[in-house]
Order: sequence, then structure tokens, then C-alpha cells
Amino acid sequence: SSFHFSSFFSETTVSSKEVDKNGQPLLFLSVPQIKVRSFGQLSQLVFAAKDAKLKEAQACIEANRDPVVKILGSDYSTMKEDSGALNILHKITNGDDVENETKTNIALLLKQLDLHLLNDTLRRISPQTRLNPVPVKDDTELLKSFWGKGEQSVLESTEFTSDRGFSFSDGCGEMRYVWAKPGDAEAPCVTCGAQGVLFPGGRTDDEGKIDYETKGEVYKDLVTFLKEKLGKFSENMSKQEIRFSEEQQKNQTDEVPKKEEADVICKAVSGTDKSKLEKNQINFGKSQMARRLEPSLNWRTTVDRKNRKISVKESQEEKRRGKLGKTRASVSSGRAQLSCKSVDKAEETISESSSESEEDEEPPDHRQEANADLPSEYWQIQKLVKYLKGGNQTATVIALCSMRDFNLAQETCQLAIRDVGGLEVLINLLDTDEVKCKIGSLKILKEISRNPQIRRNIVDLGGLPIMVNILSSPYKTLKCLAAETIANVAQFKRARRLVRQHGGITRLVALLDCAQNSVEPAQLSLYETRDVEVARCGALALWSCSKSYSNKEAIRKAGGIPLLARLLKTSHEDMLIPVVGTLQECASEENYRVAIKAERIIENLVKNLNSENEQLQEHCAMAIYQCAEDEETRDLVRLHGGLKPLASLLSNTDNKQRLAAVTGAIWKCSISKENVTKFREYKAIETLVGLLTDQPEEVLVNVVGALGECCQDYENQVIVRKCGGIQPLVNLLVGINQALLVNVTKAVGACAVEPESMVIIDRLDGVRLLWSLLKNPHPDVKASAAWALCPCIQNAKDAGEMVRSFVGGLELVVNLLKSDNKEVLSSVCAAITNIAKDQENLAVITDHGVVPLLSKLANTNNDKLRCHLAEAISRCCMWGRNRVAFGEHKAVAPLVQYLKSNDTNVHRATAQALYQLSEDPDNCITMHENGAVKLLLDMVGSPDQELQEAAAGCISNIRRLALAAEKARY
Amino acid sequence: MVTLRVKATQTLGNRDGRAASAPGLIRAPATGDTSRARIPRAPGMNRKKLQKLTETLTKNCKHFNKFEVSCLIKLFYNLVGEAAKRPGVAIGLDRNAFRNILHVTFGMTDDMIMDRVFRGFDKDNDGNINVTEWVNGLSLFLRGSLEEKMKYCFEVFDLNGDGFISKEEMFHLLKNSLLKQPSEEDPDEGIKDLVEITLKKMDYDHDGKLSSADYEKAVGEETLLLEAFGPCLPDPKSQMEFEAQVFKDPNDFHDNMNS
Repeated sequence: SSFHFSSFFSETTVSSKEVDKNGQPLLFLSVPQIKVRSFGQLSQLVFAAKDAKLKEAQACIEANRDPVVKILGSDYSTMKEDSGALNILHKITNGDDVENETKTNIALLLKQLDLHLLNDTLRRISPQTRLNPVPVKDDTELLKSFWGKGEQSVLESTEFTSDRGFSFSDGCGEMRYVWAKPGDAEAPCVTCGAQGVLFPGGRTDDEGKIDYETKGEVYKDLVTFLKEKLGKFSENMSKQEIRFSEEQQKNQTDEVPKKEEADVICKAVSGTDKSKLEKNQINFGKSQMARRLEPSLNWRTTVDRKNRKISVKESQEEKRRGKLGKTRASVSSGRAQLSCKSVDKAEETISESSSESEEDEEPPDHRQEANADLPSEYWQIQKLVKYLKGGNQTATVIALCSMRDFNLAQETCQLAIRDVGGLEVLINLLDTDEVKCKIGSLKILKEISRNPQIRRNIVDLGGLPIMVNILSSPYKTLKCLAAETIANVAQFKRARRLVRQHGGITRLVALLDCAQNSVEPAQLSLYETRDVEVARCGALALWSCSKSYSNKEAIRKAGGIPLLARLLKTSHEDMLIPVVGTLQECASEENYRVAIKAERIIENLVKNLNSENEQLQEHCAMAIYQCAEDEETRDLVRLHGGLKPLASLLSNTDNKQRLAAVTGAIWKCSISKENVTKFREYKAIETLVGLLTDQPEEVLVNVVGALGECCQDYENQVIVRKCGGIQPLVNLLVGINQALLVNVTKAVGACAVEPESMVIIDRLDGVRLLWSLLKNPHPDVKASAAWALCPCIQNAKDAGEMVRSFVGGLELVVNLLKSDNKEVLSSVCAAITNIAKDQENLAVITDHGVVPLLSKLANTNNDKLRCHLAEAISRCCMWGRNRVAFGEHKAVAPLVQYLKSNDTNVHRATAQALYQLSEDPDNCITMHENGAVKLLLDMVGSPDQELQEAAAGCISNIRRLALAAEKARY
Repeated sequence: MVTLRVKATQTLGNRDGRAASAPGLIRAPATGDTSRARIPRAPGMNRKKLQKLTETLTKNCKHFNKFEVSCLIKLFYNLVGEAAKRPGVAIGLDRNAFRNILHVTFGMTDDMIMDRVFRGFDKDNDGNINVTEWVNGLSLFLRGSLEEKMKYCFEVFDLNGDGFISKEEMFHLLKNSLLKQPSEEDPDEGIKDLVEITLKKMDYDHDGKLSSADYEKAVGEETLLLEAFGPCLPDPKSQMEFEAQVFKDPNDFHDNMNS
């Protein structure tokens, strides 16, 4: 090697020929030590080490903890703590000698190199954004602090494991698995790996182990992931983030310098001079290659050590929590169970109906702070609970009665009862034989269970099964109170499920079956109450329970519908409201609607529309709204005179909920033509138009829906126009509510049929608005908008010019043919039929490739789509060589099959399309090959004139071609 | 937790007759009686006399019909048993026998309350409950209206009969109602507090004692307070059991015996 020739060799030592000014050799080797005194020698030495370069360099750095002092002299050892280079410079420039100047230069160079290296390292690392356990741990710690704070907290629970430590052999380098259960979604499983956060992280496989395979998306870090995935998380996160980032920073400052090094790299904050210089030296005198490698390697070692520490810490934590076993294996099996559970939960969630109220979400659970100012009630209630616990039944009854004197509607009292352990006692009392104690306890529970938190506490303490049992008690008072309490508690999913699972629905339905024929005693004994009251409470509880799909089924199976129907005939308002409320909830199910029709419930619903009670009216209207999807029901409503009260209820607009229900009922009822005529008689159309402004969306949706149905009649179109309804309708086209948009487009479309209305719509730029709704993401809106465009194009003056004026409009329409929604496709075909009536537009859409797109749709079984598709094809044949193109794109053969459909509309449209296509000889051949002639011959005998003509024309074209061919042959 | 009364292990419903061996226990009509008469016969009494007694009592009694009265009369004589045959002794149930019935049949445990109930039954204060007092007492006990019961209960709780339930009387009535807590310095503290709570709840005219009007108003608002100071009426469960057993049709009874 190079310094072989320039070195002196003795027995045990080697020294270089080069010496410094003091006569010391620049390189001195005495096994096992080697000393180098110049950079040149150092570089040679490292070069000589060849494969062991890295080791050599490391050893060098380890031996020289303070390189600056070594290089520049001890003067600098005191200065190195000052991070500013200026200070050093200042000191140096004081001395004049040459050595100092060189030293200054070296110092400057070192500084520069240092900065360069640091920047370079950072640039290399930052795009990879590797996670290390520190930030992950911080994140998980942070998430932990969000645990179990109920609705407002972002996460219900976060659990994590590091059952597979960070290892070099593992390419991904997962560090820990996080199970985060956010408030608004099922538990995702996340893997925090060195590359980022993976989702879905680990799924459980058959063996109950975690599947580590890297699949799914990779996120930069845990918080980013959660923000992306979970809307609510990010919402709440933003509120709390600031506080936590502060805390994090505080934690970091306490770390020892060595640890900080890792932070320097990944957090991109400036490190201390020392660490910079250290790194500086690491790379000093090394090839570019080695330099590039070093930082990340160094970092990894640090991480590894730290990770081990963390996992120890973590397992201690878990031990303390007592949730999980010590060993890693048991930790992971625990996880498996957990995820299974969450799957169960998810299934249950699906089974619940959409009529769940917002109350289903977990409310915030803010317990009283221990040293907060407690109201005097708190202490009084605490004393009473003490007597409840330690008294015989006499003392218990006194305490219960006294407790009822507090304002139990007030949250402080409700929570005070809970916080002093009163709920447990009250629920335990229900399990005793003492009727009086049970009554007293239920009377309190009934009141405080209006509080959402208390409901949950009652369920958690196992109160529901006991109350369900009381429903079969022989004492009516007890039954009533239990049912009323259940009505309050069953406001959320889990409670409703529990009621069902403990047989509560059957028992509640049994309460409805109050012995109506038996003579009630004139005087009620102590624990008796009227049968009607029992039934009312039963209905009240069923009303709450009926918000879950499975419970609706259970009520029906328990024979609840005939009983409800019977109760509906009574005249107690108190009774009617829960009964109608239950029916209205349940009417979302098809089974119920059939039963409601069969049990003649509509008649009574209509009767109760005339009641004085607004709530009752609202629920009746709501029930009619749900049921009137069915045609027979709509007729029943009319026959029982329900349309008039509905129309008259429109005039009272103060109660918005009732108005929404009433307009909903009118909407559904007006699907029947006869009903529309009645509504016109009652002047309901005018009133509806008046409701188009200044109403909440839930009302607007129904009002516009009703107008859309009513305007199928010409007279009503005129009425709407005369009442000035067009303007507000067009204004509503810019909304964002999907249900509303579907209805508005339909209504505008219906109005556009009337030419004078069309003029107004055109003037208000309504067509453009409709056209832009074709871009709406929701397919129902697209379809409805496309349908509405058809009459607009038909009736507008200069329709062709108008259509062309929408920049990119035609391309948009043609591209909608790529949709996979049948309704969208049908509507767009219909729109294209109308657009294609204008030659110029037809040319444009042909250029946009309408022919291949239409041809691609030809293989369909949907008669509605077939009909509109055939019409569109027939229209599009009118341009250029489109006829031939349809043949080339194989649209003809499937069209022939349309003739086998049962729908005459399809026949007519198809025959017309075939007639157009048959102008091209090749198409004639295809038709003939597919047996069109026989089918068309049948069509010629149809009573439909247009169909006859088209079929005959098509046959004639085919025949002519055949004759010509024959002629040519001979 | 609430201390619950020890439930009587022997109930009326014993059909095998073993229960009859317990002293003072109510027995159903004698087993030897094979007559299918509508009205069961009491031992040691001729039918005519019995019928007359039944009719008199039924006339004066609001809540029972003739059959029920006769059942009760028969039960009475069964309970009185041998004592009836001894000459010179007033026919009736003495304090101990009656308390036994209250305890076993109606599940009462408080000695003081049971004494008070006995006084409530024993209208003529002769220390014996005769057949008239028995039927009238049970009429209220089992079927009384709320007003009647309120009047009765108030009398039970008004220990000295001065027309008021004083603090002292309340304390006396409630003194066993709380579990003794060893931690407490003054064991009576809780009772006193309970008395204050009750007064606050029921003393509408704020004179520091409960008048009959106070009591009735409070009970009117909250029926649970009817027996505010201790159970002096049968609890609904034992009441139902009692009625089911005593008012059983003799024909049914025989069917049951034979089965």
C-alpha cells in the first residue's frame, strides 16, 4: 500500500517518515494503537483499511471524543460550548500568527462541512420520513389521553402492543400495533412501521394471530392517518392539538443529549454544536459512499436501543392497567379477541335502522371534580343515599320519598345521585321483594333517566334486565313505572338491544293488551292503576324501542300491530301519541305497511289528524307519509277524508316539525292523480308554492316533492306559474342537499312541460343550472337533472342554440353514458334523444363519440333503458355515417332482441331504431341473420300505428336489399 | 342495603296439612266436613246460629260479601279453637295469638307496631279480639279504602292517642330502622335526622308534629307514605296469599284435597 515506502518499520511499531515541526512522526503505530497527526495520513490510513474502513473510522471517532480540541488545540475546548461561530472567529483574529490563521480557516471549513453534512443528511432523510418509536410512542401516549371521555373525546380507547420489536432482519421494521377505537367508527387496526402508519395494519387471521403483511395505504404518522381516516377525529383533534404539542416539546427538552441526536434527525430541529461536530467527524475522511450510509445507520442503532427500553416500559404500563397479560403472546391473543368483538359490534350496527337519533352517540361523561364546588343538594342527597343503604324498608321509603322532593329534572341532582353511589342502590332495590321500595326507586329512576349519562349508567349497572322482569309483575303501578323508565333508558342502541335480548319487547306488547272488556273496579287499591295507563306506558316504551330495526320485527312478531290498532281507536291523547309514534317509527318497514293497511289503521290515523294536539297531528302525518308509498293506502287516505285536514294543516307554519310531516304526507299522497285533483280543490298548490321560501330544508324537500308530483297535471303547472312558483324553484337548484335537489329538478322538469313556464325557466337561466347538476356526484341527482332537461330542450325556443351555448355541456352529457347506474343511463339517453333533434348538436355529440358509447349499452335487460336507448340510437342515425358506425360497433344484433321484450314502448322505439339502421345494407344483413324479419312481421300487426309503420319500413328495406342482391346475381 | 324482613317460611298455602301443626296457624275448614254446603260450618256452633251471625256481620261490613264473611267467621273459630269450649272465658284471640297471626301470616316483625295493630283491632279494649272485631278489622286490613287506611294508620302511629304524631313518637317508631354503624359516635344521630327528614316532608303546618291533616295531605300526594313509620298493613303479596287461601270455594277445596 502507499505508505509502505514512506514508513519506518521496527519490531512492534511503525512510524511514518513524515514528521511535524516538533519532530513527531505523523503516523505512529504500536499495536494495538495507531496515532495519526495529519489529515493526509488519516486519509491514507482509512484507505489502507479497505473493507474495514467503517470500523476504522468508528474506532477513530471513539478514541477522539473531542476532535475540535485535537485539531485546533485546547483553546477551543472552552469555546465549543458557544454555538456561534462568530465567537470563535473573534478569539482567533486576536492572534496574528500564521498558525492561528490556518486554524481559523480549518475551523471555518469544519463549520461549513458540518453544515453541509447536516443539510445533506436531512435532505436524504426527510423524504423517507421514517418513523421511529419515539414519535410513535408520543403519539400513542397522546391518544391515550383521549380515552373514554365519551362523545366529545376523539377516541374511545387506544390500545397498542409492540409484540414484535424493532428488528433489523425485518424489512418493514414495524414497531407497534395500535388499536384505536374512535368515537365514530369501528376500531381500525394500525401498524406503525418504520415507513409510516399502515392501514389496514394487522388483521386477524385464522390462528388468531396478527397478519403483519404490509398492505393498504401508508401514512406519514399516526395523527395524519387518523385525521385522514376519521372525520370526527380530526375535528376534535384540532381543538386539542395545540395543548399536546406543547407538552410534547416540554418532554423533549428533558432528554439526554444522546437521545436528542435521534430527535435532531427526525424532527429537523437544530442540534447542539457537539453533536454536529461528532457527526462531522464520523464522516471525516471517508468516501462519499460511507458518508451517505452513516447517519441512518447511526440513527438505527439509537432507535434499537431506545425501542427496547420502550417496550419494557410499555409492558409495565399494560401490567398496571391489568387489561392484558405480561407476555407478548397473550397480548396479541387479547388483541385478536378485541378485534373479533369489534366485528360483532359492526354487524350489530348494520342491523340497526336508519331512524336512529343523534342521541345514539356517546354523551360526554364529565364526572364532578373532586374538589369542585359542590352544591348543597349534593350533600343532602349523599345523606339520603346513606339511609337508603343502611335502612330497613321504612327508612328506605322515607329516604326515597324525600329524594323525590329534589328537582330531579336538574342535572346536578341527577349526577349527584349517581356520584354518591345512589344508582347502584336504586337498582338493587328493584331486585328486592319490597313493592313499596321498588315503586319509590322506579319513580326516581324514571325522572333521572331523562339524562343521557344516567341512562348509560343504568344500563352499565345491569338495570335493564331487572326492569324488564318487573314488566311481568302483578302490580300495575310497578309495570307502568318500569315501562316508563325503559322508555327513557331505551333511547340508545345498546339499551334497545338489551331490552329485546331479555324478552322485554314481548312483555311490553303484553302490556298493550289491557283487558278492555273486563270491568274496571270503581276504586283502585293501593298498588293498582288503570289498565289504560298500563297500555299507555307500554306504548311509550315500545315507541323508544321501535327505533331499532330488530325491535320493530320483534314487536310485529309479538303481535303488537293488532294491539296498537285497537289502542288507536281509543280517544286518550296521552295514549294516542305513543301509539302513533310507534306506528310511525315502524312504518319504515314494508311488513308494517302491509299490516297497517290490513288492520285498517289508516282510518284512525286520518281521524286523529283532526285532533287538537299538534304532536299527535305530527305523528299521524308522519305515519301517513311513511305508508303512502303504497297506492292503495293513498286511496284510503282520500276515501277517509284525510286530504282536507292535511291541506288545512299547511296554513300553520309555526311548528316546523309538524309542517315537515304534513308536507311529507301531502307529497306521498299526491303521487295519486285523484289526490292531486283533491288538493287542487283545497287550494293546497297555492299554499305549497308559498312554502317555497323561508322554510327549513326538511320542509322544503317535501314541499318541492309535492309540487313535483302535482305538476304532472297541466292545470297545476299553470297554477304554480301564476303563483310565482318558478322563481323560487329555480333558486333552489343551487342547493347542496341531495334529496332536495332530486325533488327540485323533478319539479322544474315538470314545470318545463308548460311552454310559458319554460320561458321563465329559460330567462332565469334554469337550464344552465340543471345542466351543471349533471356534475353532481350523487347519481339520483344526475338522473333527475337529466330527466328534467328533456322537457326543457323540447320546449325551449332555439333549443339547439341554447344547448350549444353551454361550454363543454355536450361532452359532459356524452361522458355520462359511461355511468353504471341504470337510471342515469336511461335519463341521459332520453336527453341525448332530445339534443340530437338539432343537426349541429348531433354532429357535435357524434364527434364526442356518442355512437360507440350507445352501442356499448345495447346489451341490457332493463326495459326502461332499452326504450330510451333505442330512441337515442334512432335519433343519432340521422347524421353522417352513424348508421354504419352503429353496425360496426355491434349495436344491431342486441337491438333485434329488444323486440322479444314484453313492453310495447320498447317495441316502438326499437322498431324505429331498426328502421333507421336498415338504411345501411350491412345492418340489414345483420338483422336478417338475427331473425328480425319474423319479429318485425308480428309488429306490423300491432294496433300501435307508429310501431306498424316503423316495422313495415324496416321490412321493406330488408326486402329491397334482398331483391337487389337477387337481381345482381342473375 | 335495605334490611328485609325475614320471610315467614310457613305460608297459608300448605295443602298437605303439615302447616296445621304450627300453633296459631290458620287452618282451612275441617277436613272431616264432607257437606257441600255453600257456607262452611264452624266447629262448636250450630248452623242456625252461624247463619244469623254471618248475616249480622255482613250487614255491617262494607267490603266483604256473605260468603267471605262466613269464611272469616269459620277461620276465626278455627283459630280460637279449644278456648271457645271452655266456659267463663271470653271468646276471642288474645294479644299473643293475634300477634302470632300478624307475624306468620302477614309478615310483620316489629313488636311495637304489632301491639298497635292489635289495639287497632280491639275496639272495645278488652284485650281480646272477638268475632265482630275480627271481621271488621280484616275488612279494613284487606279491603279498606285509602281514607280508611289513612285513619287506621294514623291511629297506629299515634302512640299516645293525642291526635298528633310527635317527634318523640316518630323517634320511637323509627329507632330500629337504621343499621347500627360502628363508626358513628351517636347511634341515634341518624334516627334523629330521619325524623327531621320526615317532618320536612310531611309537616305542612310547620308545628313540629304531624296532625292527622298533615298526614293525610302527605299520603294524598305520595301513597308510599301511608305506612311511613312502619308496616302496619299486610304487604300485598301476603294479602293475596291470605285471600286466596281463606276465600277458597269449599268445592274447589275438596277437589284440591282429592287431587
